[in-house]
Amino acid sequence: MRFLTLAGRRLAAALPALLIILAGLFLLLQLAPGDTVDALVAQIGGADATVIEELRRHYALDRSASSRLLDYLWRLVHLDLGESAIYGKPVIDVIVERIPPTLLLMGSALALAFGFGMVLGIVAALRVNRWPDTLISTLGLVFYATPSFWFGLMGIFVFAVYLGWLPAGGYGTIASGLAGWAHIADIAWHLTLPVVTLALIFLAIYLRIMRASMLEVSTLDFVRTARAKGLPESRVVTRHVLRNALLPMVTLIGLQTGTMLGGSVVVECVFALPGLGRLAYESVMQRDLNTLLGVVFISALLVIAINFIVDLLYARLDPRINATH
Amino acid sequence: MNPVLSIRNLSVALPPGADRPYALRDVSLDLGANEILCVVGESGSGKSMTAGAVMGLLPERVRATQGRIELTTGAAGDSRNLLELGQHELRRIRGARIGMIFQEPMTALNPLRTIADQVGEPFRIHTALTSREISKRVLALLDDVHIPDPAAAARAYPHELSGGQRQRAMIAMALALEPAVLIADEPTTALDVTTQAQILRLIRELQERRGTAVLFITHDFGVVAEIADRVAVMQHGVLVEQGAAADVLNAPRHPYTRALIAAVPALTPPPERPVAGEAVLTLDKVSKTYRSGGLFKRHKRVTHAVREASLTLPKGGTLGIVGESGSGKSTLARCIVRLLDPDAGSIRFGELDLATLSHRAVRAHSRHVQMVFQDPYGSLNPRRRVGDLVAQGPVAHGVPRREALARARQLFELVGLDPEAVRRYPHEFSGGQRQRIGLARALALEPSVLVADEPVSALDVSVQAQVLDLLASLRERLGLSLLFITHDLRVAAQICDRIAVMKNGSVVEYGSAAQVFGAPTHPYTRSLLDAVPGRHWTPPTTGADDALAAA
Repeated sequence: MRFLTLAGRRLAAALPALLIILAGLFLLLQLAPGDTVDALVAQIGGADATVIEELRRHYALDRSASSRLLDYLWRLVHLDLGESAIYGKPVIDVIVERIPPTLLLMGSALALAFGFGMVLGIVAALRVNRWPDTLISTLGLVFYATPSFWFGLMGIFVFAVYLGWLPAGGYGTIASGLAGWAHIADIAWHLTLPVVTLALIFLAIYLRIMRASMLEVSTLDFVRTARAKGLPESRVVTRHVLRNALLPMVTLIGLQTGTMLGGSVVVECVFALPGLGRLAYESVMQRDLNTLLGVVFISALLVIAINFIVDLLYARLDPRINATH
Repeated sequence: MNPVLSIRNLSVALPPGADRPYALRDVSLDLGANEILCVVGESGSGKSMTAGAVMGLLPERVRATQGRIELTTGAAGDSRNLLELGQHELRRIRGARIGMIFQEPMTALNPLRTIADQVGEPFRIHTALTSREISKRVLALLDDVHIPDPAAAARAYPHELSGGQRQRAMIAMALALEPAVLIADEPTTALDVTTQAQILRLIRELQERRGTAVLFITHDFGVVAEIADRVAVMQHGVLVEQGAAADVLNAPRHPYTRALIAAVPALTPPPERPVAGEAVLTLDKVSKTYRSGGLFKRHKRVTHAVREASLTLPKGGTLGIVGESGSGKSTLARCIVRLLDPDAGSIRFGELDLATLSHRAVRAHSRHVQMVFQDPYGSLNPRRRVGDLVAQGPVAHGVPRREALARARQLFELVGLDPEAVRRYPHEFSGGQRQRIGLARALALEPSVLVADEPVSALDVSVQAQVLDLLASLRERLGLSLLFITHDLRVAAQICDRIAVMKNGSVVEYGSAAQVFGAPTHPYTRSLLDAVPGRHWTPPTTGADDALAAA
């Protein structure tokens, strides 16, 4: 019960932000030249003025922007995301189709970045100012400074084109008829390059945070207490330093969910993955306002949900959090 | 005497580039079973380094270069040189043969793990006991250190316990495996005076019951007088004097020891000064309440930080406000200088009521009441020259910059600093010098009332005595009235004409220093006075001035 009220409160607190984002995006797209009908007409190779006029009326584009915005928000209150003009079916269906690849991509990239970032950060902190630390820190800087589209393109060039080890793009072999484990392995094989590409920049961030936080925690008094008790160094690290050092890392997961969604737009485009990010990109290009707003709405909910989970996790990790509430 | 721990000619080198080559030089100490040896010294004397060397926990790049540290390991009196042991062997001694307690009970325990888990840890590393057996032992230990409700304390996380309880848990942890030697590094410095008295009693009790040898590191001669069997005095990494507690305390031989002891304020107030009947500041039922919690009503908490405090500060006199942490003394000070807005009551300063002035008017009148802060390190902006910091106030009140800077140089001379030092930055000064800068900053506005919030608490005892002397002489020369906030009753006894004792936001006792110290009426005042460490010891006064000159 307490869990539900907490979740409800978090959602209520996010509502104003959600409203501003949706209205802002709506108005921003009004400034862009062309609309859905222009994009549709360009696709079918042109049409005469009466047809265009007819289409505009069909999609209610002849009405004023403010009345359409109010209309959209009113429908949203009933949890209706509207129809997609381009795909010709409800927006919610389009989005549900596109969510799994994005979630899989983000989840794997996050796990990879978090796991390796943590391990490399620990190694760097334990060997601070010696060669492993220098090597890891330099590598982190390179990952951090290189744009992910470049990593993606170079990855395709080296591993897909030159070596031929991995596929260049897509979300599974087309019409392969695979099922069960073979299907999963196929998807994993296809996702390897995109996941690594997306993960590298976050890995660099996690690595640096973990290293700094380990170094900071190891100067604290309770670490000295642990040594005074005669704990072996490995146990000092695992039992006393690690969990304290993880707290800022966990905070970072929540903060970076949004950034990661942004990053997945680029990666999905580079690797031709049918995910939420590419759907957003396509909706912008085709002025499919309903779909775009839907994607933004669902993404915002996703970010809120992940942050909520992170908060719960944080409260589990740090007993001091519960005390204040 | 048969020493359990024997340090012979120990020298510890600091890394190149430190302010001196050696942290410890040729230190020799013997610690016998069943005795408490106090190592006393000011900051930088090397007393904590001695403990670090024994534990094998010296900071990085700091090494012992010569000497031996012999720990008796067997019943037959075999001993081992700790400096020759490898990390692995040292680890088997740490926690098992030598226990250690630290200064900050707040930070010395891991905030994410329960007390039972941390107190039980020495058993898990050094013994093969089952977890059932361990939790039984932990409960027995917590009971031994007199934690109320040991079972609940065992389940608690450190933040759920008070400072005193945390320090008890630390002691339980250090004594878990009944070590022969206990090293206590300023274990009561961060605690309130009544808690300190309890912890000192506890250490004494456990030490006597188990026959432990205790190496007790402290800067406070009151604590030494309370607990020590023998005393060793250190200065700049050198052991200057050691002997039985009574000898060192009452007949110190080394000039440095004499100077240190002379700087300890006596607990009896000096003869009363004549103080004007006229009040410069009158507080009437000042209250300040904190409310926490947001929109949701059920989370609301109300804290009465100050409750109807009524006091008067006589012109040219000193009013001391004493109390433990959380008593509301600092909140009251902040209300007077209007860093906080009091909720009710009046603060009369001449014609003005400082409590109800508008914020604009507060700025205009702020020059009359100025504040000196506790932390000499944190209260000066590190990026500005100290001269600018001192001149800042007058400039804000419309004095031309050039004039304000010239005034700053005069003030530096007044507080005993080199006037040329105005061009330097705060980090180039020592703690005592920084507190003088803080004084100069407050005096720059020519206030008639100075509010000093624990101005000497962060300073070493000899520097503390100098700053107190300076405050007393400034009071005479400039006709200042002083509101002096402190937790240290010895300091209060020396400088205050009147004293108000605060507890939980209320003034429980208010009177002249002689009354409060000589014939306290409130039980809380009596318990505070009873808790002052070394209250039965009066520092010898003979030859104090020669001693200071010699040091």
